[in-house]
Amino acid sequence: MALLDTITHRGTAKQHRPWPRAIVTDDGWRQAIDQLTAGKCTLLGLWGDAGDVHMALLGETFDDIAVLSYACKDGQYPSVGARHPPAIRLERTIRDLFGLEGTGALDTRSWLDLGFWNVRHPLGKKKPAQKPAPYAFLPAEGEGLHQIPVGPVHAGIIEPGHFRFTANGEHVVRLEQRLGYVHKGIESLMAGTTLDDAAKLAGRTSGDSTVAYAFAFAQAAEAALQVKAPPRALYLRALMSEIERLANHFGDIGAICNDASFSLMHAQCGILRERTLRAAEACFGHRLMMDAIVPGGVARDIAADGAAHVQALLTGVRRLFPRLVDLYDNTASLQDRTVTTGIVKPDYVRQFGAGGYVGRASGRGFDARRTPGYAPYIDLKFDVPVLTAGDVNARIWIRIREVEQSLALIEQILARLPDGKIQAAIKPNGKICEGLGLTEAFRGDVLIWLRLDGKGRVERCHLRDASWFQWPLLETAVEGNIVADFPLCNKSFNCSYSGHDL
Amino acid sequence: MRKALFESFIYGPLTEPAPAPDEAGLAELAKAVNRAARAKLGRSLSIRQVDAGSCNGCELEIHALSNAFYDLERFGFHFVASPRHADVLMVTGPVTKNMREALLRTYNATPDPKWVIAVGACAVDGGLFAASYAVTGGVKEVVPVDLTIPGCPPNPKALLAGLLALLQTAS
Repeated sequence: MALLDTITHRGTAKQHRPWPRAIVTDDGWRQAIDQLTAGKCTLLGLWGDAGDVHMALLGETFDDIAVLSYACKDGQYPSVGARHPPAIRLERTIRDLFGLEGTGALDTRSWLDLGFWNVRHPLGKKKPAQKPAPYAFLPAEGEGLHQIPVGPVHAGIIEPGHFRFTANGEHVVRLEQRLGYVHKGIESLMAGTTLDDAAKLAGRTSGDSTVAYAFAFAQAAEAALQVKAPPRALYLRALMSEIERLANHFGDIGAICNDASFSLMHAQCGILRERTLRAAEACFGHRLMMDAIVPGGVARDIAADGAAHVQALLTGVRRLFPRLVDLYDNTASLQDRTVTTGIVKPDYVRQFGAGGYVGRASGRGFDARRTPGYAPYIDLKFDVPVLTAGDVNARIWIRIREVEQSLALIEQILARLPDGKIQAAIKPNGKICEGLGLTEAFRGDVLIWLRLDGKGRVERCHLRDASWFQWPLLETAVEGNIVADFPLCNKSFNCSYSGHDL
Repeated sequence: MRKALFESFIYGPLTEPAPAPDEAGLAELAKAVNRAARAKLGRSLSIRQVDAGSCNGCELEIHALSNAFYDLERFGFHFVASPRHADVLMVTGPVTKNMREALLRTYNATPDPKWVIAVGACAVDGGLFAASYAVTGGVKEVVPVDLTIPGCPPNPKALLAGLLALLQTAS
């Protein structure tokens, strides 16, 4: 049964592709919340627009997506977060950026607006800034509890965010995150820009996932304008995506071990990561492959000797990586730190629709490449590894298995790389049109929703990082663990601050 | 594990040798940094990295400086966890308004003499994000900058070259 069959709606938006966007009123909106709380579908996104809120849903079997649009009355809509906690931070964001209020919302504290902008509701009806009320962290009460504030500036080379720990001795009783420090206003910068400029911004939403973002943005733009990227471009996009996944997984596996003071793995994985980035540069002229994917295709073809560089990379990885996996598996002192540490409950993962290794390490086998699936992955063979332990160890093993899958995928891509053009012409179609893109970045699914005006300029673009549904689970994972294991838990999630804060 | 450690003796270091033609810059860098760092700062220079709003691309490349190929520490540089231990602040990002105060406090917590490097296109002038309501528009709007290293993101070699330039300015 399709998602929209059970939701009362007043027709669908004709210009929205590839999945339907239905216009709903109170009934349909509440039915959707019922379905979410009953676990019959997953919240894929919730975002504001001029006077509307949109909710993207993913069906139970992951192959169906629908967007619901609710026209706010007096700037209000029925709160989703009041009954479905994964929506809480998204609603707080809608309130900060648009001034739209979820009626019945349980948490009305600001989220991205930390009180330093000169304006309130920058994407909605703007209001002058006012002095913010002090931020009330959630209480934790009991004998012998103490608080440890950490950040926004952290002790390593990482992004900024604030963590408020309440601990009893060594044990964490509660962690509360406060994010928003790297909010750059990307969605506001995109409004009114050309597709090219917006694609550049999309590619800088989270630098480690620049390929996945540019890919999702291109999907959204192509869906909106009904353009098909040439087959060669699609395969090159997949090649870039898998190279990006390899580089990040190598970096993560090493960095997690490093947070358990096992620097040998860090050094060895650092070598693999560097070689991967060098192969990317040899192929596409940029180590992170920024701006290589553009709406309509790819900006540049793979270098003449690119395939040879990638083959050399694969050979090197196949030689070294299995030994590193053995090293990880056979080092008891390291396993002692990672096994049973930072467990994420499968129920939470399902409820929040957590993607990537966070979801797949706790039994949720969602991978956007597989279902709903997108070109060219539909034609490629790969497994989606799933584990159920949900601890740091499982999140490492998911990455290890995904490295193996990516190696096999790259081989298939190189073997089947079609000849031909790498770009299709992108022309405005004179009408307002909308598109949705969904790709699998190394840390999980990236959702991009786009509305273009008749001249092909961006009217509204929303980018939703996988981290939105992973960050809250980190709070649950660290509960009951010792403070010293927080870096391990955090690194095993490796959520994006920039991708979340936008 | 012993086998892996032992093999690293057989195969030797991966750290890039100096004299290869395209590595010439790096080699010069190695010598010059050593001389200047010894004269000025007793062979070591401590760096505190501050992300003031970057997309995390710059952080990835700053991380790469510590891998076996670039091996930043051989030049006497190392990253420290606190601004109180730092000589240099490496600041990335367009400095979001939400990070402005945190950057200022970090700067004020760094003892003199200190230098600030603005790393990446965003840190130079706000880059693509300069026009945003949420961005101040470059590190120099908030703290005095001694050196800028442009690039989106600057690659590790550019970062090393920048660190050298800073030493020459400082001495």
